[in-house]
Formats: sequence, structure tokens, C-alpha cells
Amino acid sequence: MAAAAAVVARSSSLSKLRPILRSFASSAASDDNRILTIETFVPFTGHLIDPPSRAVDTTPAEILSFFRDMARMRRMEIAADSLYKSKLIRGFCHLYDGQEAVAVGMEAAITKRDAIITSYRDHCTFLSRGGTLLEAFAELMGRRDGCSRGKGGSMHFYKKDASFYGGHGIVGAQVPLGCGLAFAQKYSKDASVTFALYGDGAANQGQLFEALNMSALLDLPVILVCENNHYGMGTAEWRAAKSPSYYKRGDFVPGLKVDGMDALAVKQACKFVKEYALANGPIILEMDTYRYHGHSMSDPGSTYRTRDEISGIRQERDSIERIRRVILSHELASISELKDIEKEVRKEVEEAVSQAKKCSMPDQSVLFKDVFVKGYGAETFGSDRKALSAALP
Amino acid sequence: MAMALRTIGRRTSFLRRGFSSLSEATKAPTDGKLINLFSAINQALHIALDTDPRSYVFGEDVRFGGVFRCTTGLADKFGRNRVFNTPLCEQGIVGFAIGLAAMGNRAIAEIQFADYIYPAFDQIVNEAAKFRYRSGNEFNCGGLTVRTPYGAVGHGGHYHSQSPESFFCHVPGLKVVIPRSPFQAKGLLLSCIRDPNPVVFFEPKWLYRLAVEEVPQDDYMLPLSEAEVIRQGTDITLVGWGAQLSVLEQACEEAAKEGISCELIDLRTLIPWDKETVEASVRKTGKLLVSHEAPLTGGFGAEISASIAERCFLRLEAPVARICGLDTPFPLVYEQFYMPTKNKILDAIKATVKY
Repeated sequence: MAAAAAVVARSSSLSKLRPILRSFASSAASDDNRILTIETFVPFTGHLIDPPSRAVDTTPAEILSFFRDMARMRRMEIAADSLYKSKLIRGFCHLYDGQEAVAVGMEAAITKRDAIITSYRDHCTFLSRGGTLLEAFAELMGRRDGCSRGKGGSMHFYKKDASFYGGHGIVGAQVPLGCGLAFAQKYSKDASVTFALYGDGAANQGQLFEALNMSALLDLPVILVCENNHYGMGTAEWRAAKSPSYYKRGDFVPGLKVDGMDALAVKQACKFVKEYALANGPIILEMDTYRYHGHSMSDPGSTYRTRDEISGIRQERDSIERIRRVILSHELASISELKDIEKEVRKEVEEAVSQAKKCSMPDQSVLFKDVFVKGYGAETFGSDRKALSAALP
Repeated sequence: MAMALRTIGRRTSFLRRGFSSLSEATKAPTDGKLINLFSAINQALHIALDTDPRSYVFGEDVRFGGVFRCTTGLADKFGRNRVFNTPLCEQGIVGFAIGLAAMGNRAIAEIQFADYIYPAFDQIVNEAAKFRYRSGNEFNCGGLTVRTPYGAVGHGGHYHSQSPESFFCHVPGLKVVIPRSPFQAKGLLLSCIRDPNPVVFFEPKWLYRLAVEEVPQDDYMLPLSEAEVIRQGTDITLVGWGAQLSVLEQACEEAAKEGISCELIDLRTLIPWDKETVEASVRKTGKLLVSHEAPLTGGFGAEISASIAERCFLRLEAPVARICGLDTPFPLVYEQFYMPTKNKILDAIKATVKY
């Protein structure tokens, strides 16, 4: 370890400027809580509000955790892709790879008492809220050990103890729900906020504006986060929205536009808006992000955008590559150490997948469970009304 | 506009009503091409836009052809002013369509999946269905047709498999039509588009590619509010619509092996439905079974049961059997348990016949 450190020290021309006590081992760096101030790649743009500073306070530990978490998310989504293609995951599967920085940066700025509610592209948000890979894969494959007991599937991941309110199939429906969550939080005065995430497609839903108006009237601590990946399924944002400046669409509600591929910028923005929302009421965040996969696994993702565009984003703005560059330029870890992290993460994912494959399907009785509250529901009749098939449990 | 409608009216009355109508419109003709359901619907839309310059097709992603390819080629042929995409806003789409129809146009709005139709429910129920009535026939939105894919598809889960037809059957002023096959779909869709009342047209998505039939290439219409007896029988009457009919047909085949002769009726129009045809059949057989994918309680089978019980009480030899989806949200992994399968129907046929 010391030899490796010495090698890196010699190769870095700036090493002489560093404090002598500095260690380059990544295991030390991942515990290192010394404050580093790093600038975001692009400045924030504000609507009716002064944007926060570009200088983000972070620590080597945090940056390395960003790298590890995003690598894990990326691996999970790629594994989900191949599981879907081998028909172990059925139904609909909407992958988040490319957008990891939003999940990871947001989590770094908030507590588990702050609520997050999002759409169907929820695998990585579940992970960032503390969900395990096993629960995720089991749920994707409809097994009983999944986070929703196998009944929700890809679009309906939830985690109550982390205030993750899921996982919604109907576009935009989660936003008024999020405002309701914020109302409860305000009422209970526990200094928590709700982040209600939606996409650029959902931004044109009427219920969003209804919810925003209500939140503004009641000064609710809700942050509406538009994860703008520029395509609502196959429709480019400029075809669906007269004004694709989603952060301005709140009109009288202030907004902030953030580079969603920069985890540090996301963290800074979320920290900033949380303080704002607690003091003043709703605010809109627009995350400028991108998804590499198509809308869902049935969408190749290349009929409405060029492969050059996709690979261009991968080269210029990929969130994991950016963090890698930050780590390397600040010498928080070496290239091989980062590769080791990626290998570990790959192994974690593979193990979770093989474990999930061994999980059993839910019991048949589960089909009738939780329609109503246990004991307070009705009976259900099966195909032939003459026989009572199941009393709803 | 009124002139055009009158001419069309004359054309449709040409197709006479029959009870056991194994006549003109029922057997698939042999002068057409073999095409699937989405192609048949596509042809109907092409003809609709061709024959009426004031007709429009719009919805989410329709311009490139639609997620189920039903609107392929329309934008290229008729231009982006008549075939256009809307943003993701069902309530907006239908409200907008009602306004367009109120100005005397034929507004053919697509809701991408029937599961997403609920934001538009208010517009359909409170605006579209009541427009003519509340304005004393001063205005109407009869040119409105809402097309939407419905029904199970094998792995659709909660929000890509629903059958919400019964919600709309409860609304006077609205028509609900569900085709079972490509030939039926083209004729029925053209009738719906040209019908001077607002119509919700549910397309069984499972059959988009699966169902292939000979369909004539020309303009033809099939009558609304006329059920069709697609299989003659004497022991029991089976009623269904859409994709469920193929399941019912399989059950009929199996039942025939056990000596039970089933009469199978495709309702085609759910509201206003053809009570006479079903009643005539039940008077013949004395037994009725209704089957649909939507959950049992409050499904449209309940309306059919109650009406037939009223009309044929003394003739009925067994209670009306309803083989439907279970009273749960449409499940993800246990779809095959939820669905009204051939075996469930067969069991019920036997139980009813032996009652």
C-alpha cells in the first residue's frame, strides 16, 4: 500500500503541494472526511431565485461513495436488461442508466425522513434510499422476497422505512400525491420535505399544475423535480412542450435548472431547495439528464434519436466518468482502485441476481391479499358464482 | 354534414337486422386480403380520413404510426394538420376532441392504453355524453370517437391490461363498441366514426398481431347495436366481446366434444346493446353464460344478467353464469389465475347445463 502510494506520489507533479500526511490508498480515502470544495461543471440557472454557488462542499468519502453507488446502479440496470431479454423479468421494465447522478446526488443532500416519490423508472431511486439489490431483482422477477412481495414488479418499488413512496405507473399521478405527503410533513413539523419526481413527458399533465397551485397556496415543503431526459417515450421535449424550460413552468413558483449528470451539482441543488422549501414553500428543480436505454425494454431507443447523440452524451457527460475524473484529478484513488470497486460492484450484482433467481414465487393466496385491509374486506367469487372461491384475507 | 350523415344512414339501413344473423356481414368475405387487427384499423382510419376532409386523428405518438402501428402512414398521406401528436395529457386530448367535434368535425382521439383513460373520464362522462342533451340538441359532439387498446396481453400488469368498458356503459349518451376480429374492427370502426353520437371504441390489444383475417379493401360498415350469433347451438347461450370470444370459442369446441351444443354471441356494441338477439337466443336455449376479462363485480355481465333475468325469467333453467376476471386489481405474476380461462368457462358450461 505504501509502495503504491509512493508511486502515485512520484507520478503526480502536484504532490509536492499536498500536505505530507496525505495518503492515496482508496480505503483511507473512503473514510476521509476532510472537506473538499469542487466546482460544478456548469452553473445553475434560476427562475425567480438566486441560484446557489457552484462551489460544492464534499468529502473524499462522499465522492467515492458516489462512484460506488452509481457503478452499482449502472450494473444493476444492465443486469436487468439481460434478465429481461432472457424473459426472467416480464412485463415492463424502464431502466435508469444514465440518470444515476440524480438519485445519488439527491440522497446525499437529504435524510431518510425526507420523502421521495417518483415514476416507474424507480429501480435506482429504490437503491439510493437503502434498498438492497436482492430485493430489487426479486421484485423484478416477481418473487416473494421482492420489496413489494412480488406484486408490484418493476414499476412499483417501495420502501417505507426510508420514506420512499415508490414507484407509479400512471404518468404524473405521483405529483399530487407528493404534495399530499408534504402537507403531512408540514403538519407534523418535523423539518422534512418531499421530492416529487416526474419526467419531461409528465410535465404536461394537468394534475401537476393543480398540485403546484395547491402547494403554493399552502406553502408546502414540496420540491417538484423534473428529470428531463429530453424524450417522453419517443417524443422529443420540444415536440410536446411549448416551453421546454421546465424549471420556469411554475410561473409564480421559483425554479432551478441543474446539470443532472453531475452528482455534486445535484447534491448542491437539493440541499439548497430543501432549505428553501422548508422556509417558503414549493420550488421546481429541473435536472438536465439523459437515459441511455430507450423508454422501456420494448423501445430500442434509436428510432427517435441518433446513436451519435447517445454516444456523445456517454463521452461528454456520463456521470460515472465525471466522478472518476474528479477522483483521479484530486488523487483520491488510483485507476486500478476504481476498477477494483467496479469489479466488486459487478460481483455484488451477480450474486444478488443468482440469489434472486433462487427465490420462490409468491403463494397463490397472495393474489387476493391486500385488496382491502385484512378482516375488513369483502368476499370474492371466482369464476363460478356457485362456489365461494376465497374470502379476501 | 347533415346531408352526409343522412346518406350514410341510408347505406347502413341496407344491412337488415336478423336474429341468428349468419348472413351478409357475419362470415368473413373471400374477396379481401389477409391482414391483422392493427392493419384493419389502419385501413379504416385511412378510409375515414379519405372520405371526410373534416376528420382528424390525434393522440400520443400517432404520427410515426402509433405504439401499435394503427396509425401508420396517415400523417404522410393526410398531412400533419390532420394527423398530429398531442402531449401526454389524456384529459386535454379528449376535451380538445370534444371541442373539435362540437364544431362539426370527426375527431378520432387515441388514448394510448385504456388504463390511462381515467384522467379523461370526466370529459367523456360529463361533457361528451351530455352535450346534446343539455343543449337541447343545439350542439352535439357526435363526431367524437375515442379509440383505445384494452385488455390483457400476457404480461401487462396493473396498468397495461385493464378492461374499463363497464365504467362507460353506465353513461347514457355514450356508445361503447368492441370488435372481435380484423374484419369486424374495420367495419365497426367506420360505423363508429360516422355515427352521430360520441363513441368509445375499445380495441383488444392482444389481437393486434395475433388475429389475422380476410378483410375487404373497400369502404364498408357494420351495424352498431346489433349482436352477432357466430355459432349456432341449442343447449346454452354464451355472450362475450373482444378477445374473450376466442376463449369462449375454444370452450365451445371442448363442450361440443361432450355433447353440449353452445350458441355463441358477440355483443359487438355494449351500449346500446342488442337485447333482442340475446333474448331470442336464451328463449331457445334456456341458459346463459356471460364472460369478460373485467372484474366480476359491476362488470357489464351484471347488466346482461339482470336484463335477461327480467325478460326471460320463466324461460331460464339455470342462474345466469358469469365467468369474469377476479375482484382484484389486475395482477402481475398471477395473470393466468385472474383471467377467465377456457377451463373456467367449460366448468361453468357443464354446471349450468346440468343444473
